[in-house]
Amino acid sequence: MATPVLDKVEAEAAESPYITVTFRIRRFNPEVSADAVWEDFHLEIDPKERVLDGLHKIKWDLDGTLTFRRSCAHGICGSDAMRINGKNRLACKTLIKDINPEKPITVEPIKGLTVLKDLVVDMEPFFQAYRDVMPFLITKDTNEPTRERLQSSEDRERFDDTTKCILCAACTSSCPVFWNDGQYFGPAAIVNAHRFIFDSRDEAAEQRLEILNDRDGVWRCRTTFNCTDACPRGIEVTKAIAEVKKALITRRY
Amino acid sequence: MKIHKYDTVIVGAGGAGMRAAIESTKRSRTAVLTKLYPTRSHTGAAQGGMAAALANVEEDNWEWHTFDTIKGGDYLVDQDAAEILAKEAIDSVLDLEKMGLPFNRTPNGTIDQRRFGGHSRNHGEAPVRRSCYAADRTGHMILQTLYQNCVKEGVEFFNEFYVLDQLITEVDGVQKSAGVVAYELATGEIHVFQAKAVIYASGGCGKFFKVTSNAHTLTGDGQAAVYRRGLPLEDMEFFQFHPTGIWRMGILLTEGARGEGGILRNKDGERFMEKYAPVMKDLASRDVVSRSIYTEIREGRGCGPEGDHVYLDLTHLPPEQLDAKLPDITEFARTYLGIEPYTDPIPIQPTAHYAMGGIPTNVEGEVLADNTTVVPGLYAAGEVACVSVHGANRLGTNSLLDINVFGRRAGIAAAEYSQKADFVDLPENPAQFVIDEVEQLRTSTGTERVATLRKELQETMDANVMVFRTEQTIKTAVEKIAELRARYKNVAIQDKGKRFNTDLLEAIELGNLLELAEVMAVSALARKESRGGHHREDYPNRDDVNFMRHTMAYREVGDDGTESVRLDYKPVVQTRYQPMERKY
Ligand SMILES: Cc1cc2nc3c(=O)[nH]c(=O)nc-3n(C[C@H](O)[C@H](O)[C@H](O)COP(=O)(O)OP(=O)(O)OC[C@H]3O[C@@H](n4cnc5c(N)ncnc54)[C@H](O)[C@@H]3O)c2cc1C
Ligand code: SF4
Ligand code: FES
Repeated sequence: MATPVLDKVEAEAAESPYITVTFRIRRFNPEVSADAVWEDFHLEIDPKERVLDGLHKIKWDLDGTLTFRRSCAHGICGSDAMRINGKNRLACKTLIKDINPEKPITVEPIKGLTVLKDLVVDMEPFFQAYRDVMPFLITKDTNEPTRERLQSSEDRERFDDTTKCILCAACTSSCPVFWNDGQYFGPAAIVNAHRFIFDSRDEAAEQRLEILNDRDGVWRCRTTFNCTDACPRGIEVTKAIAEVKKALITRRY
Repeated sequence: MKIHKYDTVIVGAGGAGMRAAIESTKRSRTAVLTKLYPTRSHTGAAQGGMAAALANVEEDNWEWHTFDTIKGGDYLVDQDAAEILAKEAIDSVLDLEKMGLPFNRTPNGTIDQRRFGGHSRNHGEAPVRRSCYAADRTGHMILQTLYQNCVKEGVEFFNEFYVLDQLITEVDGVQKSAGVVAYELATGEIHVFQAKAVIYASGGCGKFFKVTSNAHTLTGDGQAAVYRRGLPLEDMEFFQFHPTGIWRMGILLTEGARGEGGILRNKDGERFMEKYAPVMKDLASRDVVSRSIYTEIREGRGCGPEGDHVYLDLTHLPPEQLDAKLPDITEFARTYLGIEPYTDPIPIQPTAHYAMGGIPTNVEGEVLADNTTVVPGLYAAGEVACVSVHGANRLGTNSLLDINVFGRRAGIAAAEYSQKADFVDLPENPAQFVIDEVEQLRTSTGTERVATLRKELQETMDANVMVFRTEQTIKTAVEKIAELRARYKNVAIQDKGKRFNTDLLEAIELGNLLELAEVMAVSALARKESRGGHHREDYPNRDDVNFMRHTMAYREVGDDGTESVRLDYKPVVQTRYQPMERKY
């Protein structure tokens, strides 16, 4: 079953080509100093490893005070969105080899949310915006079926993209509008409203649209596409926002 | 130190914790303490599906599901519990749909179902389509849907609160739960939660292995907290090794991939499962498939320069099917291996996946202090618990089911209990254990490092108590763990601060892992037979005469302060199915 691709992968693995990389990390610990500083760490790492593996090497072998959130380590829990080389990404879904390890790799907290320590930010405003769009199925339930509600595959497909969201905040914290005005709901909340507005089983689209019609709602979006670029789940965030805007105008969803 | 008072406290906000919270918040004043934001819980990583005999696509019924669960568990399953699991499965899937879960649909709009390992029609005749799913993101959808409904019900969460101790008070000779002690990550503050009822839903402990599908945070904190307070842990020697983890990384590739038609192949391209399980083939139960893979590897038919893995081949499946049914796992292969699953097979190896054992409970989720006595006010559900519906080996899709069925049951039972019970007095200085533990670590000048000890633990576990075990390998593990536990006393951390001190918490988590690893190894040493996930090469057969019984492990502290594990046994509940030889 040898295949060219695999032979290559396996040959590389057998050589285990460690390289030296520099991680340039934005450090902040108010228990120590009121100012944030850049700190460089040099480490030996296999370029096929994740940025998260690099952060772990630093924390476990060099400096135990380095602080970041993480859990699943494979892009599914949404804990470790951070700014890596100036772009929002998940540290566990970014391989060293894909971000030019020749130069120092910069790692900073995501922007627009208060930094609490090193790469840890206050997620509360982000989750508040999410809760504000009523992110749950609402039905009138006058005659709840005994079995499941029926839904065609096409109706299910209509909102598939936005069900993938892991609430990592990469989108919202890459949005210039959000940086300037933390009151803006931000892309992630709109994505989660979209997930229900376009669900054929839901009956509260009007209410959600009214919420997003607000001063701080969808109309603030200036279509810069940062959010779509940032989304580690490949959700077409800008398109979802555009669909919500259109629904507000046409009142069709 | 702060003191809080709630009727019901739930430890953990994964599937089991949130399913319980939805019930208990409706009935009692409830707080959910969770070390992760709820949506970060590892339930979100589950991929393949949730079993229920809906019979939406072909004939099926809960009785067949009960039988498969018992057989899958190699007859160590408590049959009354398995029957509840299979019966209530149907409503629990329908409940999730009503809460908004976006299941994949059949052409007539009902919930679609697919095949999964060990699930069969009519007691093993042929594979059956029983797994309800949402692409390969079923766990993600369950976690999101439950969180959405917690928001809807106004569930009160304490996020990034680590529960580190269980409080027990003796009232009239009865040990009752009085509450828990938690450490707040953001501030370093210690909180005592006095509660009439406590539910543990804190998940598994897979991080004592190196190659694992489990999150970094799955460190068995709940199991360790109750074990340290003298309560037993059941069947800890039974751990599931999932056949298809990404080679060396352990990231899971769902069994749904084989349910969709994926095939395991050795270096000669041979579909080797035909030899080991002529009927179910690649969909035999997980312990069988994992052993088959290692047998291939040991006999020199493994792939790669080191012959240390085999292939999961999806190349014969249409790309549209992969995109529609397995989008996430195919992306994992692309992201982490640089492999295109449309055209290339994926290198895999078994990965440590699921703890069948845990805190013993009855079917209402009440925690047991011994074989029969319940601890009033103490409950557990989900992977932390052992009901036991999984016995010696859990069937795929039965855990997402377990967390929903028994999460719900525990939530209702705990809230009903806390409505009629009184608060139990807190013990004197309730936070003392946690204060001491934290201070000891923060001020320690020891020379051992957390990362080193954890790495050595994981390596010894992988080498000695994984898919194949012998007296000698297990003894090696027991000795190594004892050494590591001694060295752990001399561990020091670098971060001495109060804010977000994850250095400190990793040290505490390691302490829990070491404690549980010891319980696992000691339990495994004593079980001189092979059953389900526990395979002893020196005792290759199941021994129903001596070992058709659950292990109950207790922590003993001698007069001189030395700790040891004392083993006892509990009978298995058998109702209608007599043990038979397990063939797939
Ligand atoms: C990759 C993967 C795929 C899987 N796929 C499937 C599948 O397809 N079908 C299936 O049936 N099963 C599957 N499983 C198994 C199943 O997903 C898990 O067993 C189940 O989700 C566990 O749920 P839980 O609620 O018990 O724990 P978790 O979801 O792990 O939640 C644990 C919770 O406890 C909290 N916690 C832990 N410690 C503490 C503490 N000290 N203090 C406070 N809070 C704490 C955490 O914050 C978290 O909220 C899979 C498992 C994995 C790893
Ligand atoms: S839309 Fe994408 S980037 Fe935004 S929170 Fe969800 S997963 Fe993260
Ligand atoms: S650690 Fe879970 S998304 Fe990165």
